[in-house]
Amino acid sequence: MVKMVKAAGTFGRSGTHDFVLLRASAIIMALYTIFMVSFLVSADTLNYAVWTNLFAHLGMKIFTMLALTSVLIHGWIGIWQVITDYVKISGLRAFIQFVVSVALIVYWLAGLLVVWPVEGV
Amino acid sequence: MKTLNISVYRYNPDVDNAPYMKDYTLEVEEGRDMMVLDVLLKLKEQDPTLAFRRSCREGVCGSDGLNMNGKNGLACITPLSALKGGAKKVVVRPLPGLPVIRDLIVDMTQFYKQYEKIKPYLINDDKTPPARERLQSPEERAKLDGLYECILCACCSTSCPSFWWNPDKFVGPAGLLQAYRFLIDSRDTATDERLSELDDAFSVFRCHGIMNCVNVCPKGLNPTKAIGHIKSMLLSRAV
Repeated sequence: MVKMVKAAGTFGRSGTHDFVLLRASAIIMALYTIFMVSFLVSADTLNYAVWTNLFAHLGMKIFTMLALTSVLIHGWIGIWQVITDYVKISGLRAFIQFVVSVALIVYWLAGLLVVWPVEGV
Repeated sequence: MKTLNISVYRYNPDVDNAPYMKDYTLEVEEGRDMMVLDVLLKLKEQDPTLAFRRSCREGVCGSDGLNMNGKNGLACITPLSALKGGAKKVVVRPLPGLPVIRDLIVDMTQFYKQYEKIKPYLINDDKTPPARERLQSPEERAKLDGLYECILCACCSTSCPSFWWNPDKFVGPAGLLQAYRFLIDSRDTATDERLSELDDAFSVFRCHGIMNCVNVCPKGLNPTKAIGHIKSMLLSRAV
């Protein structure tokens, strides 16, 4: 009998779960990118007021946090896949996973604290 | 007559401290093509210490999988004219990613272990086996085409970076092609158990679809497609 593979560092519960999470988060990030680019391109004037009013909208706050959550999940699984390929020393691999995961959580928290209190002008 | 330059990977762990490339020259008839295996056999006449595997010499047994001018293939059915960069300089190396036993001979243990892992045999738990044989409709039989032809030469798995980095955890294209061959077999009743054993983060999902396996398969098979089908089966089971 083949030993079950230990995958403590990754995010999903199984390979299939990881696979679904990666793709779902990729779709959200793609939609957010498309939205942001089209907003920047189509805006007549781009100043503090326009920018602030955009992020003051509840929908935009949720969309932004959804995108940041997707970055968190996508980055967590993706980095785990890359380092389990290329970093063979388990201690170093655990360290990199720790640093990257903490950074991703910090981005998420910082994003929440920055975006949530924004009020329109 | 023209002169052919051939560079061959040599390593005899009993004698050599490290592997090295040895250059040979061979006089071949002008305007005539030949298979890489025939070149190696000629070289072996020159230098009997050169070691490589071969058996059927017609692309059926899968013994002489080698890396020729950077691409994996069977030496017996690869003509010099088909080599990458032409036959000006022929570079022959063992299949990448597996331990070298000697010269062009690799240790295939890891490859066979992965093959064993997917249980490459029919599992059927019917209480009463049929008196003669388990019948299939022509449509059910057709699903096995493009899967059963694999000769386990290891050209695909040893061209796959995911297999290079995790040969103990990622089943590899050859093993997964056979896994799908039994998953899709109408006579096999262990589909769910088979899928459960593939549902970890490595066995199937380390395939990122770069299709090196499709590029090198000497039998023209498509492991990436089979792996895609396995992923779909795992997905539809999970949602």
